[in-house]
Order: sequence, then C-alpha cells, then structure tokens
Amino acid sequence: MDHSAERSLSTYLTGFALAVVLTAIPFGLVWGGLLTGTAAYGVIAVAAVLQVVVHLVFFLHLNLKSTPAENLFFLGFAAVLICIMVGGSLWIMMDLHHRMM
Amino acid sequence: MLGRLTIEAIPLYSWVAMGGAAVTVAGGLAVFLLITYLRAWKVLWTDWLTSVDHKRIGIMYVVLALVMLVRGFVDALMMRAQQAIALNSEGYLPPEHFEQIFSSHGTIMIFFVAMPFLTGLINIIVPQQIGARDVAFPFLNSVSLWLTAAGAALVLVSLVIGKFSTAGWTGYPPYSGIEYSPGVGVDYWIWALFVSGVGSTLSGINFIVTIVKNRCPGMTYMRMPMFTWTTLCISILIAFAFPALTVVAAQLALDRTLGFHFFTNGDGGNMMMFANLLWIWGHPEVYILILPAFGIFSEVVSTFSRKRLFGYKSLVYATACIALLSFTVWLHHFFTMGSSANVNAVFGIATMIIAVPTGVKIFDWMFTMYRGRIEFHPSMVFTIGFMVTFVIGGVTGVLLALPPADYLMHNSTFLVAHFHNMLIPGALFGYFAGLNYWFPKAFGFKLDAKWGIRSFWFWIVGFYLAFMPLYVLGFMGMSRRMEHYADPNWQPYLIVAFLGAVCVLCGIACIAIQLYVSAKTWGSSRDVTGDPWNGRTLEWATSSPPAEYNFAVLPEVSDIDAFHDMKIKGTAYRAPHQYEDIVMPKKSALGPILGALAFGLGFAMVWYIWWLAALCFALCLVCVGIRASDDNTDYVIPAGEVARQENERLARLTPADMHDMRDFLPRGAASGSVLQGRV
Repeated sequence: MDHSAERSLSTYLTGFALAVVLTAIPFGLVWGGLLTGTAAYGVIAVAAVLQVVVHLVFFLHLNLKSTPAENLFFLGFAAVLICIMVGGSLWIMMDLHHRMM
Repeated sequence: MLGRLTIEAIPLYSWVAMGGAAVTVAGGLAVFLLITYLRAWKVLWTDWLTSVDHKRIGIMYVVLALVMLVRGFVDALMMRAQQAIALNSEGYLPPEHFEQIFSSHGTIMIFFVAMPFLTGLINIIVPQQIGARDVAFPFLNSVSLWLTAAGAALVLVSLVIGKFSTAGWTGYPPYSGIEYSPGVGVDYWIWALFVSGVGSTLSGINFIVTIVKNRCPGMTYMRMPMFTWTTLCISILIAFAFPALTVVAAQLALDRTLGFHFFTNGDGGNMMMFANLLWIWGHPEVYILILPAFGIFSEVVSTFSRKRLFGYKSLVYATACIALLSFTVWLHHFFTMGSSANVNAVFGIATMIIAVPTGVKIFDWMFTMYRGRIEFHPSMVFTIGFMVTFVIGGVTGVLLALPPADYLMHNSTFLVAHFHNMLIPGALFGYFAGLNYWFPKAFGFKLDAKWGIRSFWFWIVGFYLAFMPLYVLGFMGMSRRMEHYADPNWQPYLIVAFLGAVCVLCGIACIAIQLYVSAKTWGSSRDVTGDPWNGRTLEWATSSPPAEYNFAVLPEVSDIDAFHDMKIKGTAYRAPHQYEDIVMPKKSALGPILGALAFGLGFAMVWYIWWLAALCFALCLVCVGIRASDDNTDYVIPAGEVARQENERLARLTPADMHDMRDFLPRGAASGSVLQGRV
C-alpha cells in the first residue's frame, strides 16, 4: 500500500516536472525572442502535443497494458479525428490564404 | 435593467408575424388551460417532468419533436405559398419576415425536430435492446432533455418577443456579424444552438457509456442489434462533432457582444473559418440524423420480412465506415469558397466514397427482403419508400460532389431538393417507421395501421411533388431563399411544389388522426405479450409498456437476434426461480429547474440583461453543486413487489397470445422436415 502510494507520488512529481519544463520552453522562446515565425509555431506545437502525452501518462495513468481496450480505442479515435479536423482546417485555410495573397 | 428589451420587441411590423405570435401565445395558453382543466399538473410534474426514467424521457423527447415538427412545417408551408404567388409581386410576406422564416425552418427542423426525435427513440429503445435497466447516467439524461427543450423554447419565444435570425440556419458571417445583423435574431439563433448543443453532447456521452458499460451478459459487440450499433456510432459522432459547433457559436457570440474579430473582414478575421468550423460539425451532423434511421430500417426490414438481417457484419462495418468518413468531407459544403483544385478534389472524392458503404446498406436491406414473407406494416411501407426515394437523393449527392458541377448548382434549389431528399426519406421516414414500430412498446397499444398507411402515401406523394420541381428549378437557375422573382417559367413548378407541401400537410394531419384514433380505441389494439410484431431483438422481451426496471432479471444472450432465439428455444416468458431487490434512480426536480435556468440564461444573453444572465448562471452552478453533494439518489424496489408485477404479467399471457415459432425452425432443403439438434 505504502509502496504504491509512494510510487504514485513520484509519478505525479515526475509528471509535474515534465509539465513545467514543457510549459517553460515555449514561454521562454517567446519571452526571450529566441525564435520567431514558423520555427516558434513549430516548437510550441510540439511542446503542446508532448504536454498532452505527459498529462495522459502521468496524471491519467494511461498505459498500454492496464488501460481497458475501449479507452485506448476512444483515445486513438480522438487522436485521428483531431488530426483530421485540425490538419484539414490548417490545410484548407493555408491554401485559401495562399490563393488570396 | 432590461437591457435591449423594450416594448418595441413585440412584433407589430406585419400581420403575419403578429398572427404567428398570437398562435404561439394562444397555443401555450390552451395547453396550460387543458392541463389545469384535467387537474393534471401534479401528475405531470411528479410522473413526467421530473422523471429520470429513460422511457418517459424518450416519450417527452418525441412529443417535443412532434410539436416542433408542426411549427417547422408551418414555416415550410408559408415559404412555398409565398414563392407560389410572388412572380413579379411582393407576395404576402415582407422580405425581412421571409428571411426569418427560412432561417427558423432550418434551425427548427435540424435541432428541434430531428435531434429530439432520434434522441427520444434511442432513449426508449436502446437500454431495452442491450438488456439494461436504464441509461448509465439517468439524471444527466433528464438534464439533456430539458436543455434541448430550453433551446426549443428560445426559438418559440423569438416569435413573440423580438425577431429570429435572418441569416439562414447556418448563420454565415459577415452577414450574421453585429455590423450587418445588429438585432437580437442572430443571438436567439446562437443561444438556442448553444443550449441545446450542450444537451446533445451530454446525451451522446451518456449513450456511449450506456452501450459500452451496461450491456447484459452475452451481449458482445457483434451481437448488438443494428439500432444499438448505429446509436453507438452517432453518439461518438455527437461527442466529437458538437464541440466544433459550440466553439463556433461561442466565437460568433464573442464577435457580436464583445467586439472580437474572429470572423470579421477587418483586423485579421477570416469569415471562411466560420464556414470551415460550422461544417466540421455540420457534416457529421447529417450522419447523426441519418444513421439512427438506418438502424430503424434494419430492425423493421428484418422483423417484417420474417428473416434474419442479411449481412449483419457488413452493415456494422458500413456504419462504422460512414461514421469515420463523415469527418473527412466537410469542405464539399463550400467548394465555391475558392480552394485550389487539389483541396476540392480530395474532398470531392472523399464525398463520393461515402456513397459506397451507403450502397452496401441498401443492398443488405434488399437481400433481407429477398424471399422473405413481407408484411406491409406502416413502418415497413415507410422503409420501402425510403429505399426507393433515398437512392435518388444519393445520386444527386454524388453529382454535387463533383466540384465543377457544384459550382453550377451551389445555393440553387437543386441543392435544396438534394438535402431534403436525404433528410426526409433518410431521416424522417425512419423516425416515422420507428414511431409506428415501437409505439406499442412505449404505450402498450398499437397505432392504427390504416391511418399510418395514409400518412405514408401523403408524405411520399407530397415529397415528390414538393422537391422534384425544385431539382428542375435548380437547373433553370433559380437560387434558394428567393422572396420574389421575375421569371414566369418558374411559377408552374413552384405551384406544384406548393401543392406538394399541402399534400405533406395532409400527411401530418393523418399522423395526428392516427394518434387520436389509436388512443380512442386503445382497448381493442392492446399489446398483451409485449411482442406485437414477433420481434427479434431484446426490447420485445419486456412487457408493453415496460416495468420501471425493464427486466426483472437481466437476460442472458447467445445470439444476434436474442429474443427470437429465446422464443425458438422456449426460454422466453419464463418466471425465474427467485426475484431480487432492484435499485433504481430517484426522480429529481433539478432537471427541469436546470432547463428553466438555461432558458433564462439564454434569454438574458440575447437581450443583454447581464444581471439576469449572471444570476441564472450562478443558480445553475448551485443546482449542480446540490446534485453533486446528494448521496441519496437511488431507491430500492423490493423483490416482493417485482415478483408481484412479473407474476401479474405472466398470468395474463395465454398460449393463444404467443407467436407460432414453428415456421422459423430450420428445415431440410429436400425433405422439408424440421431438423433436429442445435437451433
């Protein structure tokens, strides 16, 4: 009991540390003006996606062995849909922007 | 104190608008007086409005849908009448009023007829089909109902106080922005969508959890009835698509009230992002409306052809395919935006691909009917009418999926004819089939078949008369939403379309008469066994109307057609060795209260009555807090009471009531004798 409580505390702390780092990176980039334009957007997007993964793994205890198959299925489906929606919207709006320049 | 709300909000600008307001108020008063006259307020409140029983919630959803169907249809009739006479003349509707009517027609039919109708049927049937006692979150179900009702009430109130949107049911900016639509109309539209959209999202989540978690023993995914499968798929679509609508409505509201620039022309806004986000929700929404109807058709076809559904697995995979593909086609609603050829081609091809799984379904239903003993019950007749008519809509849809063709037809009446051709046979006929099919399950007596058939003929003839001319008019160059026109060649077609609308009016009247006649003679058409049509799925195993707990003992399933299988094996209608206590959720007044508060919030936001909005929102949070801290939400039905009800039911059954299952036993192909062994 103690052992598992300890392990879960350490999981939460690791997750917290990672989340802070992943927040600090994009914040620092913009604050310090280290990167601009597309490169900045790219780094922020990657940090955001990693942030989601950190939350799922360390806070929501997602894991390929013990998480029920249904939950993984819905999560995978959500990921596919978000890619379709966000990716599709970006593609459509960039294309439109390009043609209106 | 009252924001923008002044005495000028009362619609005195035209006699038609005043008439509409008067009818709405008089209708409300009549209902109020009728309930008072019947002294039914107490029963209504305790047994219905506060109920969390999925069957009663379902019935209330369907009642809401039927009431709103009448309202939405009156809009349609008024538009058809206007266009039939408005050749080189003003007609009888001023332009601004005509615009409100086509906006409210679309909004009502999608959000407050189709959505509550399908949610109602799902509510009544799905828990019984999977052998469950209720949905996973019964209280949440009640909240969903009342949020939907609050949205509908906002649309109805816009008839009496203020005006409705003139921006069409899709409300595209910049016209729907504050600069071009400064009135309250668009706000009514936004808040009606917002409030009912939250309700729909919650129902979607509720049904996903119900179907994933509450299935009875033995009910694997590949043994779920088709209607349950389609429900699962559309619940997933709801949970993923409706957030897009919520976001886009919120963004438009921010643009309008707080001066944001998401969709304005200036300051970096992009109005096409609105179209993009709206249709990310909007296209899956089409399938949210149609797939449950496909589920109903599957159940009806197999029951009334007296055959197992042909190609069950292919139907399941086709449904899942359609559900996923529905998220990949949204751009076809705005091909003319001016994307590059590659973008248009990708979405055009994706659109055509959806026709493939839909075609698979049509063939599966036809093969189910092939060599079946077809019984022409009204629900079966609606199904056959659907199959013939829907294919025409599908073909015109594939035509519109070609971007070059779409450029010619965009926003013409051809498009109007196309999507009505999908939604009337594809969705509404399905719901009517479901109404005729499951009515005895909900109320314990059958609907009159004669009036059901009459309503079908009026509907289908009316449909063809109303919409086939619109296809032609589209080719002749008539664009949609015209208040008047100058081309005399169009008028004959528009008069025919008006006659079609009159025909549909008769169809609606037939449904009303059908309900009245059936209720009047209910004693002669009672459903004693709970299985009036010799059904195949588990919902027919319960009594009609079902006991509060549906199943005294949770069934065990070993076949796709679970109840059919039980009847053949002789295990149906058997009393168990002993009954157990059953835990059921208590009714709660918080559902209707939350609905009323949501209505108040929406109304206050529309009229900029900020204090009322803040008050309603705070009270909503209080209600949620009260519910969340209430640990005493269940009650127990003792085993003795369950035994009493079940024994009473079983005692009423006589062998003469039972269906003869000998016809369904497997027979040798040559000898014709019944085969022995496992059934």
